[in-house]
Amino acid sequence: MTQTAISTKQKEEVLILRPTRGWGSLNLRELWVFRELIYFLTWRDLKVRYKQTVLGAAWAILQPFLSMVVFSVFFGGLLRVSSDNVPYPIFSYTGLLPWGVFSKALTDAGRSLVNNRTMITKIYFPRLVIPLSSVLAGVVDFLLAFVVLLGMMWYFDIRLTSNAWSLPLFLLLALVTALGIGLWLSAMNVLYRDIGYIIPFLTQLWFYITPIVYPSSKIPEKWRLLYALNPMVGVVEGFRWALLDTDTAPGPMVTVSAAIALVILISGLFYFRRMERTFADIV
Amino acid sequence: MSDLAIRVESLGKEYRIGQSPERYRTLRDSLVKVVNAPRRLFRSAEKREDSTIWALREVSFKVPKGQVLGVIGRNGAGKSTLLKILSRVTEPSEGYAEIHGRVGSLLEVGTGFHPELTGRENISLNGAILGMKRAEIEAKFDEMVAFADVEKFIDTPVKRYSSGMYLRLAFAVAAHLEPDILVVDEVLAVGDAEFQRKCLGKMSDVAQEGRTVLFVSHNMSAISRMTDETIVLDKGRLLMRAPTREAVDYYMASGFSQTGQRTWEAGEIPSEAAPFQPIALRLYDTKGRVVDTIRSTEPVSVAVEYALNAPITGLRVGIYLVTMRGEYVLTSFDTDNPEMFERFGVRPAGHYVSACTIPGNILNEGRYVLGLNASSFRVKRYFQEEHALTFTVDGTGAPGMQWPEARLGPVRPLLEWQIEAR
Repeated sequence: MTQTAISTKQKEEVLILRPTRGWGSLNLRELWVFRELIYFLTWRDLKVRYKQTVLGAAWAILQPFLSMVVFSVFFGGLLRVSSDNVPYPIFSYTGLLPWGVFSKALTDAGRSLVNNRTMITKIYFPRLVIPLSSVLAGVVDFLLAFVVLLGMMWYFDIRLTSNAWSLPLFLLLALVTALGIGLWLSAMNVLYRDIGYIIPFLTQLWFYITPIVYPSSKIPEKWRLLYALNPMVGVVEGFRWALLDTDTAPGPMVTVSAAIALVILISGLFYFRRMERTFADIV
Repeated sequence: MSDLAIRVESLGKEYRIGQSPERYRTLRDSLVKVVNAPRRLFRSAEKREDSTIWALREVSFKVPKGQVLGVIGRNGAGKSTLLKILSRVTEPSEGYAEIHGRVGSLLEVGTGFHPELTGRENISLNGAILGMKRAEIEAKFDEMVAFADVEKFIDTPVKRYSSGMYLRLAFAVAAHLEPDILVVDEVLAVGDAEFQRKCLGKMSDVAQEGRTVLFVSHNMSAISRMTDETIVLDKGRLLMRAPTREAVDYYMASGFSQTGQRTWEAGEIPSEAAPFQPIALRLYDTKGRVVDTIRSTEPVSVAVEYALNAPITGLRVGIYLVTMRGEYVLTSFDTDNPEMFERFGVRPAGHYVSACTIPGNILNEGRYVLGLNASSFRVKRYFQEEHALTFTVDGTGAPGMQWPEARLGPVRPLLEWQIEAR
């Protein structure tokens, strides 16, 4: 009886359930109400990721590190790809860092809805929580890999520049892009399982159109703005500028990248919200 | 402030049949559609390619605050769809529902449990998924662990749990949810008798605290124990709303349960069965209707229909009765009686029905499996199917029903007791 007494004291919430049509509102406030769920799902993804592995979280470091070694030998050493006057290992690693967080977030978010289908068909919560927490879980891997970068910079005797304050902004740009694409892919994946096959292919192609193994200065001047339509161009060049003070200070290219990233995110949010009401029926 | 907890007005849900989980649309199909789109413009009256079904249609009812309302109906009647709409998992296609207060839904226990996480971690996670605040989870943590009885294993990954422990833990989290309105699907259909008893007890507590509960079950005695009023759904429509006793009687009597039979097509009979040819296995209630739910208190007839394409010497046709958990209750053959054994030494070719009656007041409530066997002892087993048919025994009116508890054991006879003062 005490329970009813308490609930009558509070302002009663009335919920109306009816069919909705067309483009709904984003209702991001609800996401805030469910912030603890975002936290718990992120935490679950982290906890589970390296369970029953021998090397555990070392994988977060090994992947970019070994890629860097291979790239340095082949592209830096044998092919002599220019690297904006920075030692090639550092050059490629500063590209691999944001790339790693981006491709991981994109892949995980893209598959997240289908992987969590049991939750979706049994419990109500804003579906956005799922791709969002997949993206957030990738940030921890990034931080681990970042520690290795600091070690490498010490080894090559490169000081942190005064631009370093802007790093979180570029990281945010990478996450926004990944979330935007992830929203599109995850919602489409519910409907079309082809997306599961497209994701690895997409990230592979995307890797080559991003200046990771080569500098964007290789791109002819007149094509650069077009090139920057890939938001990861702005992210990688921003990282190099912030860490190594290369000539790629934020300018028109980063502006274009950021604008595109925002367009992808907002359109992704609307598409996701529109599709979300049928997720439980189709997934 | 109104006294209503739930109001449902001409609620309907339409599913496209092509949307079943087994058949995904592929990108190619959609591309083909886009390519064909201009052509379709010229054929405006073209029929829609996807056929649809209404899982729920024109359903309206109200639930006042504090009521425990039962929902019954056979499979596909729309019970789960109704609960899914009310718990916001899916949207209605027409009509609307109005819900006053916080809804907690229990469509499944253990949603979001991860096998690699420990019991402790899964409690936090599952609590958050069910909508509890972190402080709430922490405050109730010890209570949940005690309820689930897994203190020793709380820091072990749940993949190492026995299925019973897993279920208990999952239910413990769900049971400590404190919403204004609780929506519960067949969660009690799983687990052993002890677990079911615990669940039912907890559910009664919730009901007695004055909360509104919507309770879906196939278990008529659980419905009878828990609820005062019940709605009956059939093929997506609301057939009746009545005091639970009336609704249950109506449901049981209207021959809803027509699946109480197993028939064999020529193609599914193995060739080594010849010359024995099974045709059907059926369950009849006292009024001669084929049923899949029988009352514990009433007798039930089991009939095996078959054909012999050649005479068989020493044939015996019989049944196994097994509980859902795999315990054998009995085995019985049509020539068990020596007299019958003499008479049917050689059974000539022909069309037969072997039937027997399981008396009332024998079987406990629960689900049972009937198996079929046709053999000649030590000569040949012509045909055997251990899982031919399942049926439910409803405990209403069975001995000892005055105590709302699950009885252990597959039989529930009414024994003659004497009580003497000495």
